Amino acid sequence: MNEMSVNGEWRSSKVSTGTTIIAVRYDGGVVIGSDSRASMGEEYVSSRVINKVIQIHDKIFCCMAGSLADAQAVTNAVIHQLSFHSMQMDEPPLVQSAAAIMRSFCYTHRDELSAGFIVAGWDRKRGPQVFQVSLGGMIVEQEFTIGGSGSTYIYGYADAKFKPGMTREECLTFTTNALSLAMDRDNVSGGVVHLVIVTEKGAERQLIPGNKLPVLQRLA
Amino acid sequence: MAATLQFPANVSSFNNYNDAVPDWTQREVSTGTTIMAVEFDGGVVMGADSRTTTGAYIANRVTDKLTPIHERIFCCRSGSAADTQAIADAVTYQLGFHSIELDEAPLVQTAASLFKDMCYRYREELMAGIIVAGWDKRRGGQVYTVPVGGMMTRQPVSVGGSGSSYIYGYVDSNYKTGMSKEECLKFTAGALTLAMERDGSSGGVVRLAVISELGVERQVILGNQLQQFSTA
Repeated sequence: MNEMSVNGEWRSSKVSTGTTIIAVRYDGGVVIGSDSRASMGEEYVSSRVINKVIQIHDKIFCCMAGSLADAQAVTNAVIHQLSFHSMQMDEPPLVQSAAAIMRSFCYTHRDELSAGFIVAGWDRKRGPQVFQVSLGGMIVEQEFTIGGSGSTYIYGYADAKFKPGMTREECLTFTTNALSLAMDRDNVSGGVVHLVIVTEKGAERQLIPGNKLPVLQRLA
Repeated sequence: MAATLQFPANVSSFNNYNDAVPDWTQREVSTGTTIMAVEFDGGVVMGADSRTTTGAYIANRVTDKLTPIHERIFCCRSGSAADTQAIADAVTYQLGFHSIELDEAPLVQTAASLFKDMCYRYREELMAGIIVAGWDKRRGGQVYTVPVGGMMTRQPVSVGGSGSSYIYGYVDSNYKTGMSKEECLKFTAGALTLAMERDGSSGGVVRLAVISELGVERQVILGNQLQQFSTA
């Protein structure tokens, strides 16, 4: 136990959303989920109830991972640019436009930023979509995607459990279970589960408190 | 999905990037890997992938990481190939000697303790994560994990190696107590397949071993025979 950890290495660490984020598309909408922990260093939880699923337009949401400061700065810039774009076009923006704006920020400032995102939502042209905009500014559309530090622990689970053509209820179970498993193993993910379901009709938020999460582990 | 690469702390060649020679000439041989062992009533099932890498080069694509230590005790090796081979050789010798002195089959716990003693004593110089598993008359099938650092603990199911991070969720949700030998084999093979799909340092074939009172049965599942999981 060295001096730094006794005196609080976290004091000199930046706030990071060591996190688990996930988004799944189904026929009719998307289910987006995240945990709620913000950490400084590996030891201090600076907030146990933050919301990492941010609404960037009526039916488009993004999840933040990585450095919280960078993620918030980029998200705010994207909200601003997207609303301006939407007003110019005089119609609701496409999910791929939101993702493209996000990507353009992440790529242009890739040397300074340290944040990854999932952009998901519904638009009239292509329906529900999920995009991953990763650290260096790569964009890729997927049926489902996971991100954040906690996601490494659930790659196997997600690969095994995901099937194309799931219903809304199956997607909710899949998302909640995956987040629960990741939060159990990753020390910088935890708290409550924030869920957002986006469909043609709009967005619905749900919150599952820590003590109501599914318990999937059958070991001690 | 910014994957965090984990390099062992003592691989100093990482920073001497030289374009003139291939990457693998400057890297230590590593069993960046996925290993797993599960207890069932009557024995243990052990599994491993088969890839050994030197940097980006796959030095051996059909490695056998399930190493016999005694008749009914095996170990799964992960980390530096040289370190784990040297430790396994030393423990095999010590355990063999101990077994002759005792005039009976050694306990799995004894083998695990020997691994732990060596891994802890030399923890600064070594990079070795080992799972020790086997069957003995006193306690039946047992799995002991001796991760990097030299701790030792018994667990009903244990995963290790670089690929293990990706399957914690799968293992946590799919393990149940009281599984049969066949269920354990399917569970292990499935978990290893998923890890091999995601971890660049794991791959090749799946090697399995079942250890029980009757002895050791070994199997190989080739790449094209692995279970298919549908993914996006």
